[in-house]
Amino acid sequence: MNPNGKRTVPADVPVQLVHGDVALSGRPVLREVDLTVNRGEFVALMGANGSGKSTLVRTLVGLNPLSAGRLELFGRALGGFHDWSRVGYVPQRSTATGGVPASVWEVVASGRLTHRKLLRPLRSADRAAIRAALEVVGMDAYAHRGVAQLSGGQHQRVLIARALAGRPELLLLDEPTAGVDLPNQHALAAALGRLKDDGATIVLVAHELGPLAPLVDRAVVMRDGRKAYDGPPLSDADVHAQGFDAGHVHCDDASTPSANPAVPTPLKEL
Amino acid sequence: MTLLELFSVPFMQRALIAAFLVGIAAPAVGTYIVQRRLALMGDGIGHVAVTGVAIGLWTQTSPTWTAVIVAIAGAVVIEVVRERGHAEGDVALAMLFYGGLAGGVFVTGLAGTGASRLQEFLFGSILTISVDDLLVTMALAVVLILICVGLSPQLFAVSQDADYAKVAGLPVRFYSILVAVLAALSVVIAMRTVGLLLVSALMVVPVAIVQQLTRSFRMTLLGAMGAGLAASVGGLVLAAALSRTGANVQPGPSIVLVALAGFFLVWPLGAWLRRRRALVAPFPETAPEEKPVDEAHPHHHGEKCGHVAVEHGDHVDYIHDGHRHAAHVGAEGEHYDEH
Repeated sequence: MNPNGKRTVPADVPVQLVHGDVALSGRPVLREVDLTVNRGEFVALMGANGSGKSTLVRTLVGLNPLSAGRLELFGRALGGFHDWSRVGYVPQRSTATGGVPASVWEVVASGRLTHRKLLRPLRSADRAAIRAALEVVGMDAYAHRGVAQLSGGQHQRVLIARALAGRPELLLLDEPTAGVDLPNQHALAAALGRLKDDGATIVLVAHELGPLAPLVDRAVVMRDGRKAYDGPPLSDADVHAQGFDAGHVHCDDASTPSANPAVPTPLKEL
Repeated sequence: MTLLELFSVPFMQRALIAAFLVGIAAPAVGTYIVQRRLALMGDGIGHVAVTGVAIGLWTQTSPTWTAVIVAIAGAVVIEVVRERGHAEGDVALAMLFYGGLAGGVFVTGLAGTGASRLQEFLFGSILTISVDDLLVTMALAVVLILICVGLSPQLFAVSQDADYAKVAGLPVRFYSILVAVLAALSVVIAMRTVGLLLVSALMVVPVAIVQQLTRSFRMTLLGAMGAGLAASVGGLVLAAALSRTGANVQPGPSIVLVALAGFFLVWPLGAWLRRRRALVAPFPETAPEEKPVDEAHPHHHGEKCGHVAVEHGDHVDYIHDGHRHAAHVGAEGEHYDEH
């Protein structure tokens, strides 16, 4: 999809968070965060541990309630948004699996639930989508393996395939590279690159970008629950060295209405 | 009377039908319970249901229906406490279980019915299943089986990864409470055959048996239903056969012991399969292209490091975190190449 073909119709903006505050167990974690993600963008949410980047992505998919502010997905307020087949979510990989064996195919098949009606078996379109998702992440040969047997990186790719099986327009990933070895990070980057070429909007939480760096259009750096930077991609070294973790960089003046919080950047060559 | 003649007796036929359906339904629900890592939930509901039975005995109404009501209430409370995830939730649940059991025995005492009447419900009883009980058991068992199989994609997704299911737009809380209610119903239908104190075993042990051999959820669900059926009917026949010799064996303990025997029979096979898969898993035929990466290493691989050694040309690799390490002495000392 042509990234220059971004439409400016508000209903077409995949993510719009305005002055979002989030408190977890009574403790404020996000403060006045503004974030707009435009169609086709690849946004990396970065920051130190505890800076709020994972909380932010969980908030964007509705898992953490906003205590103040407003969140719209595809132009609809979260409460009135029901079109979840347009959203794919890849949670932080937990080492805990369910107490019962599950095959790779079954986990990825649950990504089709947004398209399936109750009490109906998988249709051939569902099967095709599952197979395609497994191919994108390079796990098609593992379809009938148990997920408990996979390595961390393979498990991560299965979770991504699950999100892809629903053919989402907006994909949000929480630390997909954490604990993943380098060959698997490259496989992951290749998969996300293909999605990006297909026009998907991608929001990704990462502590370090590694092989994903060439894909990123825009970096958002979180610090102490506030947005500390929003602009062209930074190298991993910049994020750590320029003091976003502990220093004095201020976020875009929070009192300014978020007329243009997104800094458009030219799409980099892959 | 011979064993065959025993099967022609009406009460035994009723018991067999009940054992047949309960043996399928309880492990079907149990698969989701185990998947949610709530293996002891059935036990808790069973304790709470004792109070329900006692109320039925006391008020001289049907113990089955009072047990249904109390068990569902208990199951919903357990699910709500679990969902909130409070640290003291554990203790709250323990108190609920003790209260259920103590309350049941206490109310039975108030009613003046003997402990033996209650014991029929605690450990099962072949003799006391009435036609009405059987009809209720059959209807509920069929409903349970249909829900567990028909809604398996949804229930699987919610039990496997609740956060993901929520983002997929599924009503996660509804399905969680549905599983709790299904567990309560399976406790009640199983109380005449396995008994309230052992019902959890029929929900959990068949799952434990088959998941040693399976790697998909679907096969585990269907396999557990088959294993539960075998254990339930086998245990009932065992109890009936023993009672022919003059012993007084209740069906509950014999069903559970048959199930556990199945577990220990399958265990060596499961251990062998797991070992074989663990050796094979890191190297599928179509492994992604592996790029050599240098990596600092905290220990020397050797015979005793615990990592699996694989011969690779002129040297030995060690399997580490799903990839191979090869010892390699460079300018800065020994390190390991990944490849």
